[in-house]
Amino acid sequence: MSSVAGVSGARARRLRPGRLALYVVLVLGAAPTMLPFVWLIRSALMGDDQIFIAPPEWIPSPFEWANFTGALTAQPFLRYFLNTMLIELFAVTGTVLTCSVAAFSFARLRWRGRNVVFALLLSSVMLPYAVTLIPTFVMWRSLGALDTFLPLTVPAWFAGAGGGVFNVFLLRQFFLTIPFELDEAAYIDGASPWKVFAMIIMPLSKPALVVVTIFTFIGVWNDFLGPLLYLSDESKYTLALGLASFQSVYTAQWGYLMAASAAVIAPIIALFFVLQRYFIEGVTLTGIKS
Amino acid sequence: MTVAPTEPATRPGQVRSRGPARLSGQGRLERRWGVLMALPAILGFVIFTIGPMIASFVFSLTDWTIGGSPSFVGLGNYRTLGGDELFWKSLSVTTYYTLGTVPLVLVIGFVVALLLNQKVRGLALWRTIYYLPTLVPAVASAVLWIWIFNPDFGLLNSLLREGGLPTSQWIYSERGAVPSLVIMSTWGFGNAMVIFLAGLQGVPRHLYEAVSIDGGGVWQRFRHVTLPMMTPTIFYNLVTGVIGTFQVFNQAYVMTQGGPNNATLFYIYYLWRTAFTESEMGYASALAWILFMVIMVITFFLFRNARRWVYYEMAGAR
Repeated sequence: MSSVAGVSGARARRLRPGRLALYVVLVLGAAPTMLPFVWLIRSALMGDDQIFIAPPEWIPSPFEWANFTGALTAQPFLRYFLNTMLIELFAVTGTVLTCSVAAFSFARLRWRGRNVVFALLLSSVMLPYAVTLIPTFVMWRSLGALDTFLPLTVPAWFAGAGGGVFNVFLLRQFFLTIPFELDEAAYIDGASPWKVFAMIIMPLSKPALVVVTIFTFIGVWNDFLGPLLYLSDESKYTLALGLASFQSVYTAQWGYLMAASAAVIAPIIALFFVLQRYFIEGVTLTGIKS
Repeated sequence: MTVAPTEPATRPGQVRSRGPARLSGQGRLERRWGVLMALPAILGFVIFTIGPMIASFVFSLTDWTIGGSPSFVGLGNYRTLGGDELFWKSLSVTTYYTLGTVPLVLVIGFVVALLLNQKVRGLALWRTIYYLPTLVPAVASAVLWIWIFNPDFGLLNSLLREGGLPTSQWIYSERGAVPSLVIMSTWGFGNAMVIFLAGLQGVPRHLYEAVSIDGGGVWQRFRHVTLPMMTPTIFYNLVTGVIGTFQVFNQAYVMTQGGPNNATLFYIYYLWRTAFTESEMGYASALAWILFMVIMVITFFLFRNARRWVYYEMAGAR
């Protein structure tokens, strides 16, 4: 294994055999990562007779595009998609708004007990979700909110509640890097803290806001436990829940199953592809290493 | 919420001190807005964390099935837990899974991060390729892997058969089930990798140059710079990894239903079943509190142990 940590560019170009080995390792390493995807796509495009041939074939013949139309009409996946997007809209907006407001308060406004409160909030990241799961369910149940989107969206408007604290942390870290002289100048001109937040800090924080948006979006898209717990009427299912129920009904129709899975995976991968650099940037922003 | 009118001057521990040019009304303005703007987060913490925590503890002291009325049983639930075979089974299954997954994810994530920290062509593409599995929604990945683990037509056995190697029953055998899920989870090492990458980018270049000047090669650079500078990141991934794997649920729910013969009865899955299919809310709450304590104890020991091997820049970076 060539762990040539921190070789400078100029040196690297001279180490030809090392470079070659690096690419070989990268390709070999990518194989197990990508193989399940290849398997997914080839199965999604095969008829049931071809899927079960041994030894397995890799190229579908013919390409069974009908799996996609079949799978996506066998259950109302369009409906699930719209449900998911509706939840996304409210959850992402609420999280971004309330988390950034809180982060601004913790980073740039001084008030008594601020640091204690922030530390308390952060500590909830360590709490296993199992501890709050049952009482939260009981609470929504007694409010008559079962089988509505409320339990999946309302907590987002309280700074993402629970898991959302990480976003407050990330945004706070970012806000701390913006020069404080900007606030001072605005305050001297008679601006309110809200104005400083909305007119100065937010516009300067686009990269961090994009990161929080993406993370929240992916979190909601991938959430299974929440919808499983709160949604029972099939017309309210999200994509993840729809796929799971599809799986238990169509266990034998692998072509359909694979097509449906591909349809749930594809949008999130497309999103990642477009916004790839923000992901990496986002993790760097959090300054985790200290 | 009321705020006291006076505030002590900036303490040394505070985030940043401002210039002396502070207007007199400014402090009051900041206090009022500060509390107001943090309010959603504070309320969220009270409503969705502290409140449920207290409620959960109270529930755990009762015998309560949903729809019925709770009766106080003191520590009865906790006493029952001790003799509950499934509780011990789920604890050991989860520990087994954690011990399998976390080291694999850490090692593979670290090695790949080292590779991708080089000046390689098409870096964005490589990063995407290695990160991709992490993006797959848990349910979709469960559906996909059921099919990969299929003993007759699955990807793994097909490959093994072609290579003339012995095949396995994977998730369908008692012995193979947890290792299979470990393989599946290791596939998603991307999160750890990205955090390692961020850490690697923070290693000061001049330290490498210093080693080079002293005649150190690739190994010395890794051993004396990269590894010590990365210990905080390794520690972070270790702690979050352990906390995360102790809370797996989806695989057991979608793929194995805890089987075969409870071989994949993960803790949260058992808790879920107790709460939402048997509606034993009191007993399930006790399960939740035990998990909380187990995680606290593990985290405590990890932190205590960390002092011996985690290198903090403060201690003497220069």
